[in-house]
Amino acid sequence: MMNHSQPTGADYNYTVVRQFALTTVLWGIVGMSVGVLIAAQLIWPQLNFDTPWLTYSRLRPLHTNAVIFAFGTSALFATSYYVVQRTCQTRLFAPKLAAFTFWGWQAIILAAAITLPLGITQAKEYAELEWPIDIAITIVWISYAVVFFGTIIKRTTSHIYVANWFFGGFIITVAVLHIVNSMAIPVSLWKSYSVYGGAVDAMVQWWYGHNAVGFLLTAGFLGMMYYFVPKQAGRPVYSYRLSIVHFWALIALYIWAGPHHLHYTALPDWTQSLGMVMSLILFAPSWGGMINGIMTLSGAWHKLRTDPVLRFLVVSLSFYGMSTFEGPMMAIKTVNALSHYTDWTIGHVHSGALGWVAMVSIGSLYHLIPVLFGHGRMYSTKLVNVHFWLATIGTVLYIVAMWISGVMQGLMWRAVNADGTLTYSFVEGLEASYPFYFVRFIGGCFFLTGMLIMAYNVIRTVKAPDNTLPALAEAEAA
Amino acid sequence: MTSFWSIWISVLSLIVIAGCLILLRLCSKNTTGVEEGKSMGHSFDGIEELNNPLPKWWSYMFYITIVFGLIYLALYPGLGNYKGLLGWSSSNQGVVSIAESKAATESATKDGRWVQYDQEVKHANDKFGPIFAAYAATPLEELVKNEEALKVGGRLFLQNCAQCHGSDARGSKGFPNLTDSDWLYGGDLATIKTSIMNGRHGMMPPKGGLPIADSEIPALTEYIVSLSGREHDAAKAAQGQASFMKGCFACHGMDAKGNKFMGAPNLADNIWLYGGSRGIIEETIIHGRGGVMPAWKNVLGEEKVHVIAAYVYSLSNK
Repeated sequence: MMNHSQPTGADYNYTVVRQFALTTVLWGIVGMSVGVLIAAQLIWPQLNFDTPWLTYSRLRPLHTNAVIFAFGTSALFATSYYVVQRTCQTRLFAPKLAAFTFWGWQAIILAAAITLPLGITQAKEYAELEWPIDIAITIVWISYAVVFFGTIIKRTTSHIYVANWFFGGFIITVAVLHIVNSMAIPVSLWKSYSVYGGAVDAMVQWWYGHNAVGFLLTAGFLGMMYYFVPKQAGRPVYSYRLSIVHFWALIALYIWAGPHHLHYTALPDWTQSLGMVMSLILFAPSWGGMINGIMTLSGAWHKLRTDPVLRFLVVSLSFYGMSTFEGPMMAIKTVNALSHYTDWTIGHVHSGALGWVAMVSIGSLYHLIPVLFGHGRMYSTKLVNVHFWLATIGTVLYIVAMWISGVMQGLMWRAVNADGTLTYSFVEGLEASYPFYFVRFIGGCFFLTGMLIMAYNVIRTVKAPDNTLPALAEAEAA
Repeated sequence: MTSFWSIWISVLSLIVIAGCLILLRLCSKNTTGVEEGKSMGHSFDGIEELNNPLPKWWSYMFYITIVFGLIYLALYPGLGNYKGLLGWSSSNQGVVSIAESKAATESATKDGRWVQYDQEVKHANDKFGPIFAAYAATPLEELVKNEEALKVGGRLFLQNCAQCHGSDARGSKGFPNLTDSDWLYGGDLATIKTSIMNGRHGMMPPKGGLPIADSEIPALTEYIVSLSGREHDAAKAAQGQASFMKGCFACHGMDAKGNKFMGAPNLADNIWLYGGSRGIIEETIIHGRGGVMPAWKNVLGEEKVHVIAAYVYSLSNK
């Protein structure tokens, strides 16, 4: 009966976990709605209604910040606070500080939602927020580290569970990345200039940018995976030794991979080559996590037939494997010459963001929410299944559209006539992309619809009277 | 990079790669003291971990990427100041002037180093140079009759000129329409080519640099509106004419039909570079205007400019 999260004597602090779990759903809907809106704006530009704060250029950073830092990071807060307590068999350290991280983080999200549409930005991708908000992020993040590592220190288990290695690695590295990249000289309350200049600024930015992907969106979510996959499958983790190799190799290599965002730019050759080599070697360690997750299911494959929550988790691992194969390939300079600046990159990011990050978070939340609110299961397992299919179809539509569009753009941009002139002007490439922008928009609508269904299901679960949602009798199916 | 930093980064890079290798070797053997396939014996919230070996295919894949990476780092620049066995570089790095760039290209050719950018430029020049040399040798008057040349010119226009003048060459606010017969500097072949080669700097100072009071501007605007035969208040326009005569004619001419030597626009043809509404005309007078067409001779070279000039001419001379 391992797959039932029964209190084991210790009385855990679930308040902050509940808060973050519910805001994850809320911010997921907000962030993805903005995503769908800007996807629509690329087809129908008039949807900005000639309003400065509804223009694509201001809403796009709002979308990325909302999905990464509001949705994704709330999911990480919720699951890490939950997992660290349960696998260390102790209550959260400094509960008041934990409460502060919740309210502080929500205040930061609101500040982002106000300043970004106003056009207040440092113009660094995924690090747009201006310096006062950056300082607030630093304070909340350090508090997060204190709560998390404080809990690890006061654990009652002898070892530290692998999920916590990943959560810990992610928390420390994101602090370092954020502080170094955000160093700026303020000139007024809402304007500052980066302390770095030129190619160095670009390098620091993408060292940050790629590791926001590597540590926040990969290591953090692998931590989530290492708890919820074995829990939901009711199986032991496949290989302890594999987790050791792939954890250390992953965190050692990821930090070098940033320069592949700057291939064929003013960045020195040696930096580009090194970034490419490290990205390539990163391939196997990335897959280590996928293998360990998927192999954990051996002996429990039949559960996929009845358990849509497990389906979310397994499909998320498949998308994780796919995008971590694609990533090293795109880091190869010759491939990058075709893929860079095209929609292929957007497709790659979303196969990670929708397929991996969102799906593993959604699966984990479907496991978590009944536990947090004292129920045996979600209000409707059928709706979880509907959500699963909407999310999967939405992701596939999105990434396939962007693959085709991206490769087509890359080929059109490099096509040359017999006289050496380019065959297509930029606008012709853009015109050819419209049908795929439409498919992407539809894919986004699918995914967002799934989130709305999830919200309904979550509300019904939270509001359900006690003892009305008993766990499904899995023992019979097994 | 100083040799300290070069050694620093090279050693760090190699430590990380070697570390992966060592870790992989260590974990390939079972040193846990637990039989393979059995539980490690710890349980976390009910989750146990098995001591399964690393998948073979996965370990091989890891080794292969490491070997590939090391070979790549031996062949190409990737470790600090080390240049790599192939002598390859993407471009002549660190040059800050055209002269330095040329010198670097020469020295690379002499030393037999492979500078990717230089090689690609050379390849393009060898392959496409003769085509444009032939066009350049053809007088513009004949080139405008060469359909193929006009197509080439059109493509060059789309890639280099359309950003400002538009894909259809009809311009936009501040950027002249090239398809009409109105020319700021002249629409003959030689002048068009000169405009593209050397660029143009259109400049109207605020109030033309003249002692015109703010109170005169509405009447002056009315006069300018009247010039192109639009509906206007005749008395007010007559009043504005006096302001015009304070010196606007020096550039725009007594008849306000402009001056192609200075690029001063014709005010009497109802074609407007920045807009012809009363509000925009007032704005133009009060604040002046500055327009820049960049010089293309050092960007595209005269041979390509030659072909573009023929194309631009053909737009209004079908």
